[in-house]
Amino acid sequence: MTTVDIGIPRRLVEFTVDGETIRVPEGSTILDACTAAGKDIPTLCYGDTLEPANACRVCMVEVEGSRTLVPSCSRKVEPGMVVHTDSERTRTSRKVVLELLASATDLSTTPGVAEWMAETGADPGRFGPDAATVAQPVLVDNELYVRDYGKCILCYKCVDACGEQWQNSFAITVAGRGFDARISTEFSSPLPDSACVYCGNCVEVCPTGALSFKRECDKREDGTWDESRQTATTTICTFCGVGCALTLHVQDNEIVKVTSPHESSVTHGNLCIKGRFGWQHVQNR
Amino acid sequence: MKRRNTEPYVRLTRPLVRDSGVLRPATWEEALDRAAAGIRRTLTGKGPEAFGMFSCARATNEMNFVAQKFTRAVIGTNNVDSCNRTCHAPSVAGLARVFGSGGGTSSYQEIEDADVIVIWGGNPREAHPIFFHHVLKAVHEGAKLFVVDPRRTSTGSWAHRQLQLEVGTDIPLAHAIAREIIHSGLANTTFVERATEGYAEFAASVEPWTLEVAEKTTGVPAELIRELAHTYARADRAQLSWTLGITEQHNGTDNVLSLINLALLAGQVGRYGAGLNPLRGQNNVQGGDMGAIPDRLPGFQDVLDAGVRAKFDTAWGSAIPPHHGLNLTQMLDAMERGDLTCVYIIGENPVQSEADCEHTIKRLANVDHLIVQDIFLTKTAQLADVVLPATAAWCESDGTFTNSERRVQRVRKALEPPEGARDDIELLSELARRLGHDWHYTGGEEVWDELRSLSPMHAGMSYARLEELGGIQWPCYSEDTLEPTFLHARLWAEDPAERGRPAPFTVIEHSPPVDLLTEEFPIRLTTGRRLDSYNTGVQSAGFPSPLRQGETLDLCPEDARALGVEPDELVRISSRRGEIVAPVRLDKGLKPGLAFMTFHFPDEVDVNVITIEATCPIAGTAEYKAAAIRVDKLPAEV
Repeated sequence: MTTVDIGIPRRLVEFTVDGETIRVPEGSTILDACTAAGKDIPTLCYGDTLEPANACRVCMVEVEGSRTLVPSCSRKVEPGMVVHTDSERTRTSRKVVLELLASATDLSTTPGVAEWMAETGADPGRFGPDAATVAQPVLVDNELYVRDYGKCILCYKCVDACGEQWQNSFAITVAGRGFDARISTEFSSPLPDSACVYCGNCVEVCPTGALSFKRECDKREDGTWDESRQTATTTICTFCGVGCALTLHVQDNEIVKVTSPHESSVTHGNLCIKGRFGWQHVQNR
Repeated sequence: MKRRNTEPYVRLTRPLVRDSGVLRPATWEEALDRAAAGIRRTLTGKGPEAFGMFSCARATNEMNFVAQKFTRAVIGTNNVDSCNRTCHAPSVAGLARVFGSGGGTSSYQEIEDADVIVIWGGNPREAHPIFFHHVLKAVHEGAKLFVVDPRRTSTGSWAHRQLQLEVGTDIPLAHAIAREIIHSGLANTTFVERATEGYAEFAASVEPWTLEVAEKTTGVPAELIRELAHTYARADRAQLSWTLGITEQHNGTDNVLSLINLALLAGQVGRYGAGLNPLRGQNNVQGGDMGAIPDRLPGFQDVLDAGVRAKFDTAWGSAIPPHHGLNLTQMLDAMERGDLTCVYIIGENPVQSEADCEHTIKRLANVDHLIVQDIFLTKTAQLADVVLPATAAWCESDGTFTNSERRVQRVRKALEPPEGARDDIELLSELARRLGHDWHYTGGEEVWDELRSLSPMHAGMSYARLEELGGIQWPCYSEDTLEPTFLHARLWAEDPAERGRPAPFTVIEHSPPVDLLTEEFPIRLTTGRRLDSYNTGVQSAGFPSPLRQGETLDLCPEDARALGVEPDELVRISSRRGEIVAPVRLDKGLKPGLAFMTFHFPDEVDVNVITIEATCPIAGTAEYKAAAIRVDKLPAEV
């Protein structure tokens, strides 16, 4: 007889969010549970294909009985837990975190941030014109990626995607300490001299646009990037037989970017250099 | 031969026809009429067996279904095959012979859940990177990874143990592993007695292959062979995976069968997490399940089965010949003899992908009427009488591909094709109509539904369900059910009726590479892929890869020193077939006497000029992995 391991049955846990009782599978995080219940908790460092990095502190919520606010992306739901996502404390925390991030970092290309700042009344300017920033020159050392670390909030998602969680290339990690901490290649070498294999999985998870595809970057620069004119169609890669799912972003009948659906059990949002960039041949017309 | 930057191919947008030896632009009507006239001429003059179809493992399942239907129902021959023949045909032949089905047996999730993974003759870290993510997940969870390969590769750098065998000694190594399993009492006797046959003969045949004998033959230390044998046999869930290092040898099918023997012996197949998995190299090379092979109708149904043929004949109004057609290798031979005079090639580039390519060019030149349907004017298309510009399957058409874990997934049109290019299925239908068959397919889904009505193993996969479930693995017999993610569970059934046909062990003889190493040709050349490039480079040359380095002859530092050559220095590389020139690159992962090249830049360095065409007699796959070469310094002035 054949037995198939389907894992341990998952029990449901009941808890309260903003006065509403919710039942979710045991092991869910507060963020998972709230998202499932239709509540929108802002976050920057949460990645659906990655272990919680616990870094950005934007998603902090209040748990009754807990002395400090807790990160909803990594705290698991417990039976009877009472959570407040929109209390005075959480709003103030979110406001200050956004002010600190936005005063040091260029968040102009980070989706969602402008709305969250408006909602919370965050004013990054209140630290004055002399507030330290991480501004630095944009790095363009190859034809595929652009690194603009002035936009980096050190969420570590790229490090996780390049490292043990997916790609295992370990081409990038954090160098420096404190405010001088930076995502860096070994000895800050240019990408072509590093261990980078141009899978683009770091770009796929970057929440702020600190890492971007050169094609997108060039088009933004010359004013021709227009997401409202783009379609996104998911198809299958044309190279090896693994069968990776590709989402082709097409503007004016030209592929301008390739991403990968995170829910695909084949790829989990990851690709290799050919899947991510090997599409130009079809449009050599 | 000078190195130059690769010129990307430009899309074909106008049909071409050959007049007075020259290809000139033509209208669609003219080109299709010309293509049909050539086919009609062949049918009248020489009959259907003079026609051959090279279908396309890069195109959709739907296109492959229509291409084999065209061959069988319109022309009346089984002469249809695809480039599977140059890569994994031995895997399909071996698996089908033992288990009745040629697919890899496990899913990617099972790879993650395995506790031992053996990768044999493959470098998935570079050639199948996302598959290797699943392997790495397992490794991080504590799975032991064994990598068997003549080269130390980036895949090997993740291995618990690497077995660096001599090229072409896979069978002795497998035999020694089998003998060690048997002598250590680690064979899964319950499984062997219940589900297999031919064990006694097999056990006797591996008896001479002691660890010591195998060490001498393979170059792998006895202790490593012993460790692999014990670890594999003791594992709860072991995966054995291979690629072209196993199949692209003159005895590729025997190699595959020798690995299957190990799985049977240890009971490592037919259970969740235990399996045998050839990693397929082309997006839709499993598309053989569409019947674009000379011995099988769609759904791997046997063309020799009268009942099966009758089903298709009724549906199509055809009379499918009751015998196997010619495979790709046999078709090339038949071209040389003048028996195959009309050839229709869709999306394949045999001129650059076949071993000993000068020979291939001569054979294609011998053909009276050559139709090539492609998105580029490839070196093969340049020989054609009629060139039909096609659309790119993966992004300009709707359909499905089948991946290495047998998962059928939806391919969707994202781009409008260039003006002047037409869909593959539409082109085949146009030709069918000109040849008297009133075909009007409205799109991929209509073709797919026709397939589902004829192939039980695809019956449950409607487009809606493929969409909803993110793909479905075959087999899938009904729209209400899903089968387990792994194949051949029946072998573990206690009820003999349910268990069915036993899986046979195969007695296999060792046979070293055909191209002998001699004083004149003292170095073994093996071939493979690099991460950023793909096959003959027609597609992958089109993007600005920072990793691209062009073709090189990779040598170990010791050999380079002995030859007195430096990195980047151009050298002449000759074999018994011909000679090429390429720059040297050092690779410490190679053993002395072993060199490595790829096929990615044939326009600059045509490696297939020197590879050997010796083919596996069962599967027809050539021995790309084992040519004998010599390397010479060039005179200073060149």
